[in-house]
Amino acid sequence: MAVTVSPERDVVATPVQRAFREAFYAGAIALGLFVLFIGLRTDQNISNELILVQRWGLLAIVVILTAVGRFLYVAFGQPALERAKAQKAEAPAAAAPGFVRRNFNTIGIAVLFLYPIVIVMLVGFQGSLKWVDNFGIQILIYVMLAWGLNIVIGLAGLLDLGYVAFYAVGAYAYALLGTHFGLSFWILLPAAGLMAAFWGVMLGFPVLRLRGDYLAIVTLAFGEIIRLVLINWREVTNGSAGISGIPKVSFFGLMSFNVSDPNYISKVLGIAQSGAYYKIFLYYLILLLCLLTAFVTIRLRRLPVGRAWEALREDEIACRSLGINTTTTKLTAFATGAMFGGFAGSFFAARQGFVSPESFVFLESAIILAIVVLGGMGSLGGIAVAALVMIGGTEILRELDFLKVVFGPDFTPELYRMLLFGMAMVIVMLWKPRGFVGSREPTAFLKERRAVSGSFTKEGHG
Amino acid sequence: MQYFVQQLINGLTLGSIYGLIAIGYTMVYGIIGMINFAHGDIFMVGAFTALIVFLILGALFYSVPVVIALLIMMIVAMLLTSLYNWTIEKVAYRPLRGSFRLAPLITAIGMSIALSNFVQVTQGPRNKPIPPLVSKVYTVEGVSVSLKQIIIVLVTVVLLALFWYLVNKTSLGRAQRACEQDRKMAALLGVDVDRTISITFIMGAALAAVAGTLFLMYYGVVVFSDGFVPGVKAFTAAVLGGIGSLPGAVLGGLLIGFIESMWSAYFSIDYKDVAAFSILAIVLIFLPSGILGRPEVEKV
Amino acid sequence: MSASPSTNDFILQVEHLSMKFGGLIAIGDLSFQARRGEITALIGPNGAGKTTVFNCITGFYKPSEGMITLNRIDGSSYLLERLPNHEIPARAKVARTFQNIRLFSGMTLLENLLVAQHNKLMKASGYTMLGLFGFSSYRKASAESIDLAKHWLEKANLVDRADDPAGDLPYGAQRRLEIARAMCTGPELLCLDEPAAGLNPKESAALNELLMDIKNSTSILLIEHDMSVVMQISDHVVVLEYGRKISDGSPQSVRTDPRVIAAYLGVDDEEVETVLIEVGDEDVIEQLDTGPDAAHGPGTSSSFLAGPVTDTIGHSEGERVTVSKGASKAEQVDAKANAAPRKPAERATAKPTGSTPKPRGGRK
Repeated sequence: MAVTVSPERDVVATPVQRAFREAFYAGAIALGLFVLFIGLRTDQNISNELILVQRWGLLAIVVILTAVGRFLYVAFGQPALERAKAQKAEAPAAAAPGFVRRNFNTIGIAVLFLYPIVIVMLVGFQGSLKWVDNFGIQILIYVMLAWGLNIVIGLAGLLDLGYVAFYAVGAYAYALLGTHFGLSFWILLPAAGLMAAFWGVMLGFPVLRLRGDYLAIVTLAFGEIIRLVLINWREVTNGSAGISGIPKVSFFGLMSFNVSDPNYISKVLGIAQSGAYYKIFLYYLILLLCLLTAFVTIRLRRLPVGRAWEALREDEIACRSLGINTTTTKLTAFATGAMFGGFAGSFFAARQGFVSPESFVFLESAIILAIVVLGGMGSLGGIAVAALVMIGGTEILRELDFLKVVFGPDFTPELYRMLLFGMAMVIVMLWKPRGFVGSREPTAFLKERRAVSGSFTKEGHG
Repeated sequence: MQYFVQQLINGLTLGSIYGLIAIGYTMVYGIIGMINFAHGDIFMVGAFTALIVFLILGALFYSVPVVIALLIMMIVAMLLTSLYNWTIEKVAYRPLRGSFRLAPLITAIGMSIALSNFVQVTQGPRNKPIPPLVSKVYTVEGVSVSLKQIIIVLVTVVLLALFWYLVNKTSLGRAQRACEQDRKMAALLGVDVDRTISITFIMGAALAAVAGTLFLMYYGVVVFSDGFVPGVKAFTAAVLGGIGSLPGAVLGGLLIGFIESMWSAYFSIDYKDVAAFSILAIVLIFLPSGILGRPEVEKV
Repeated sequence: MSASPSTNDFILQVEHLSMKFGGLIAIGDLSFQARRGEITALIGPNGAGKTTVFNCITGFYKPSEGMITLNRIDGSSYLLERLPNHEIPARAKVARTFQNIRLFSGMTLLENLLVAQHNKLMKASGYTMLGLFGFSSYRKASAESIDLAKHWLEKANLVDRADDPAGDLPYGAQRRLEIARAMCTGPELLCLDEPAAGLNPKESAALNELLMDIKNSTSILLIEHDMSVVMQISDHVVVLEYGRKISDGSPQSVRTDPRVIAAYLGVDDEEVETVLIEVGDEDVIEQLDTGPDAAHGPGTSSSFLAGPVTDTIGHSEGERVTVSKGASKAEQVDAKANAAPRKPAERATAKPTGSTPKPRGGRK
């Protein structure tokens, strides 16, 4: 608990004295916060009445842990951090970035391409399923979504809290058109993107004049409206039951991943049947979609429209004074961002084979937004790292079954997943308020390309 | 007509609860310009605290008069919920004050996720029903008004009056309004800005806790995820009324309450939230700073 | 729309412009004209409505009444009050700067100037599509735009910092960058809102140089408080007070206009006569003193509105001093005097003789 202490008191007390006092406060606060929620537990008895179960031991443990943690932090952690900071300030400009840093993008892409191969070699086709699907595909979907949202928030500076709506539009577009008309993924992917872009413009129009938090709530409301319509328009969307039996993606129409089809991949290639082929294929598909997103984003930034987005983020009035049509600029940002959301959505539908409104709740928007901000707005590399940390981290929590040995068989690490996710969001943000990559790459240069420090870039008021 | 009046009363009740929560959003927004996304979950914590206090009372005493029980629930909920909001402000928002604008928004969302999941982990994911506290219903000319509804409206009115007095007539309120206008200048003139902001969070949480208690009494059930929907509605109410404006928050809350109850009554209950959100969007198209919000002057 | 040849001498015609904010009349029935190829200055005390006029011209405000006509060199003319905000720079070719500098602070200087060429580049990139697929036509346009940016960076003396973020520049350089950015839109009329505000003498001199350079190709409309700038570089001055025009003419005629003096010194209405007499003969004296002396230059003669005024005011014993235009500027005025056009100052020299020099003082 970062209870700040006024500097006057710092002078008087030694760190250890101070730490004791701080620890006492922290313990007292923890006691107050947790006395009812950890000390007691509401439970239903056999006759379905609520009863209270007492857990004072657990409460004591939590309070003591908080106090001890605070003590250690104030007594040792804080001084160490300050020393580190002082050293950093004294040290001259950081040495030239290392090999990994300089070639981060190349190495990253190479690793991503090799990942499934390495996994298959390590654990075989069947064992690779989980690693390729839960970690690879899952993380890459979020990377793509976050890169799409980055166009709206990171570049154009328009705070969009309803991005998941476009994801939903893309997913339902593929699900509905794919199941009803049997159209192939390769036709529906661009169609879903266009449809999402259309909805992006639909959202864009009413919010053109809105700024800041007004924009935030309307985009949030838009996301909720789409979700509520998906739930309630049962004739079309099948309500909260969702749509199942969504066709799989074919290998560009040449090979199929359905066991029953005559051109099933293992029949064509003459290899053993396995669900892993499809997953690996999907992995490379989403990887290519991600790279497409990155390529388009990088290209657009160097085009007038991308520069206009960034200029819009920096100063909208100045933009207008330079003859930039801010209306179309905003709308293109919404549409482009939405389009990538739509692509990701149709991919998601194809991967799951099932969609329901459950997948498109506000929490998803919040997670995507958090990834963009944690990564560093506008920085593709930073965002990818943030997605890896946040999504990979929570996926790993699913795998921590060994903790059952420590905490007993009742312990389900999955329960703590979102709790830890929320806390991680807070901690990372406190640690790096500008995200992992705070600087901005200029889009053009006369002599040399120098990164622009984050302290100059604005975050937009839209 | 009777049906309409009935819906009006239902809307008023719902709107009172939204209004109480919306004040917390609007105050925090007014003073530090951030959306306290965790406020909806603060409301949920308030409702849960009231629930646990109710159970404690039930376990300790054979019978407690309902009024006293409600009062105790409310007061404990206000105290503990304030402690939560105060702690959250210190831990998650204060270190980020004056930095990048989106950073506190993200910590707020993180806190919201953490809070609801904390309650899920410690109290279990199931619905928590309680027996009805007050069940008396009065019927006047075919319109039925339950005592619960009367209590809700009454408590809201009393609290709003008290609150209005605090903000407009006391030095604390003056400090708050000063911080709202210009935090730096207020600090230079000797206003303890940190303390004022803390108190703002405490006041917002206290009102949310009351709303939570009333919510528990009205619906008789609470679950860990109950923070989100009322939270978003109250936020919508605050924005609709003009974020930063206290009367606006109450007005917005009532409006959202009316829209919801009317839409459920006359059109479709499934789409009541869609209606509320759509009306928000429509209002903001014509009044980009809400109904009572000060229009943002574009200074060139 | 077509324009007769005579009106084409005027790049900008403001006719009966009024702007009301609620009950407040910020501008009332204002008419003036700006000639092509000239620098027209809009001056007036604080709150006179100068920036409001600018905002009307550049489309940030829609005027309550009146007509603002812009005549382009090709003969086309535009009614600015009817054009949407962003089309005024794009089609009518009017660019502006802001009183409180508005740069894209997180973008480099070069990027700032590239953003200013948005519309041109947008077309060249086939509205993004051609550019996205890397067509050579866009690459050529892009290279040209960088050349233009470089040209203006050189003019503004900022080329060494082209790859630094704009927010990192010192104040004076930011002003020059903002002007360079406006010039990159290829304007025919450049509107500058207090370009010299907050500049030190050296920066101010650099700015004057830049403006004189721009004047060769572009007409300028200027709001300025720094009278040394106004008197030296402007060809035509319009004076506003409380949203109304009180004087209009050459710098020379304006600075002797009693109403202008009254507006600046805050004289009561009854006293205008007195001031007129006082200043009238004062002016004559001063012209006689300095006019013929070429070595002295018009700098010191640039009347009480200009720099050296405090020197004189300092001598006025017993009287309250209300104007203090900073004696420190005298030097700067001298320095720039040779570069500045001297026509207006010289025109007034052939006036009859008066009595001995008498210290000038503003009375309140």
